[in-house]
Amino acid sequence: MNSFSKCSPKTDALSLVFAALGGVVLLFLIAPLAGMALGSPFPELVKTAAEAEVRGSIFLTLWTSLAGTLLFSVAAVPLAYLLARKQFPLKQVVSAIIDLPIVVPHSAAGIAILGFIAPSSLLGGAGERAGIHFVGGPAGIIAAMSFVSLPFLINAARDGFAAVPERLEKVALSLGASPTRVFFTISLPLAWRSIVSGLVMMWARGLSEFGAVAIVAYHPIVTPVLIYERFGAFGLKYARPVAVLFLGVCLVFFIFVRFLSRRRNNAAS
Amino acid sequence: MLQVEGAHIRLGGFSLRDVSFTVDEGGYFVLLGASGVGKTVLLEALIGLLPLDAGRILWKGEDITHERLQKRRLGLVYQDQALFPHMPVWRNIAYGMQGAGYARKETRRQVEALADEVGAGDLLQRYPGTLSGGEAQRVALARALAMQPRCLLLDEPLSALDTHARGEMRALLRTFHRKGQTVVHVTHDYEEALALASHIGIMENGTVVQTGSPEEVFHHPKSEFVARFIGIRNVFPGILERNEPPDQDVAPFVSHGVQFWIMTKATPGKGMMIVRSEDITLSRTRPDSSAQNCFSGRVVDVVPARIGLEVYVDIGVMAAALITAGSAERLEVRPGQQVFLSFKASAARFMEE
Repeated sequence: MNSFSKCSPKTDALSLVFAALGGVVLLFLIAPLAGMALGSPFPELVKTAAEAEVRGSIFLTLWTSLAGTLLFSVAAVPLAYLLARKQFPLKQVVSAIIDLPIVVPHSAAGIAILGFIAPSSLLGGAGERAGIHFVGGPAGIIAAMSFVSLPFLINAARDGFAAVPERLEKVALSLGASPTRVFFTISLPLAWRSIVSGLVMMWARGLSEFGAVAIVAYHPIVTPVLIYERFGAFGLKYARPVAVLFLGVCLVFFIFVRFLSRRRNNAAS
Repeated sequence: MLQVEGAHIRLGGFSLRDVSFTVDEGGYFVLLGASGVGKTVLLEALIGLLPLDAGRILWKGEDITHERLQKRRLGLVYQDQALFPHMPVWRNIAYGMQGAGYARKETRRQVEALADEVGAGDLLQRYPGTLSGGEAQRVALARALAMQPRCLLLDEPLSALDTHARGEMRALLRTFHRKGQTVVHVTHDYEEALALASHIGIMENGTVVQTGSPEEVFHHPKSEFVARFIGIRNVFPGILERNEPPDQDVAPFVSHGVQFWIMTKATPGKGMMIVRSEDITLSRTRPDSSAQNCFSGRVVDVVPARIGLEVYVDIGVMAAALITAGSAERLEVRPGQQVFLSFKASAARFMEE
């Protein structure tokens, strides 16, 4: 709290009102999740965890989303750098295209991707010849997940690069470094925290994708689709433990990744 | 020898026009100009970060205008140091050498030697975020020097430092200059320029309006801007009239209806009279001296200067006199006080327009 808010009773009253309003929002976010977790008895969770279908689906969801994130980061991070540093024609259009997946309904995104990777399409046909089955396979899941989650990585990385003082890059160049060396030794390490944040966000967004994935590859079944299927076939009681289990696994992974990236940053500072 | 010939740069709000100057090898060239005049842009163009729109940059007669930045071998130090925050001091200093393929042993030896030279020997394992402004500036200097630049470009290297650190840094710069390092130093501080420069250039409106030794520039400023910029308070525009009789060595000069006497043989006409404030004497009674310029006036303001006090006196035009605190006390100088202001005709200089 700064000295202004300390000595101003008017601001204090305002802060109280804002805190109360914020509390309502937080409650709205936490209550359904907490209710779901509390509504699933532990023995039921253990039983669900023992099911091969559930375990397989959680594992599939985790690795496909991670694979999509890592695969696309190779090209998305350089694109983010260009967006942060260079002026080029149609830059605004490029930025708008990157944000497109956020506003497109995910079922529509699924339909679009299906057309793009179907065996009759150029990419799908090439994949089939190389032995990669997009439709109904992990490759299709990866494509669908990446399509909807890429904006999170690109935007976070772009903000990270933009926050690196350009002067540091100029000094590095003046010391004889090539632009490639400047990117890998100055820009990338200094934007690292934002990039990791973007990677985590992209991974998380991929994990939670339902609409696009369900259209591209209902089977093999990813967890969000499994939860929907169980809810449709057997009702809330059977869907809930899977959801809680998936949520728990995701939380553990995110906390672990955040912890790792924080340790790295502490070492650097 | 570094030569800049007719450099033109347009960048955003800046526009540098026809900038020309020469820096002798082993020389210390200070480019003086107000903030925002485009001095940093000029340095970035010299080092190769920005292209020139027109003009040439030469090193020992060889045109390096289009030479790649890596081959120019010029070193740059920014005012805010721009140290790499994620690297310890030693890696900051070693950055250029590591990229240039020096052997690890050689790099280490050079880094340690340089760090010792700039007084940063005990900072090598520290991160930039933990350094004081002076320490960071010394590390930035060592980092630029590690690549053995043919010429060191300094962008306001003392401006962000406290008085103590400034003194240390100044001594350091003088040491490297004495060892033969060629330096181009841009600043808005004319005292900094006086303390370090072997040559000075003055920038005004995006171009270099005067170059010369510090003595030349300070004693013969070419324009009112230069005179005011280097701290001369008394610059009066007016008309120099004809000597009567013509062989006399003093001539009347009229500015805003006030008539002065200047020792000059210059051709009559429009121009400026310059008198340094330290050459002006104040007294409570009309002085009986050889000073031909003597005026009665009212004290308008008394301002502490770096040393002594500057007293502004309204004699029809505003004139400034630099006096000691002791004199101010003895004369009881305060605003509203009537005083006599005098200076010799030989202390006044006429500059043709």
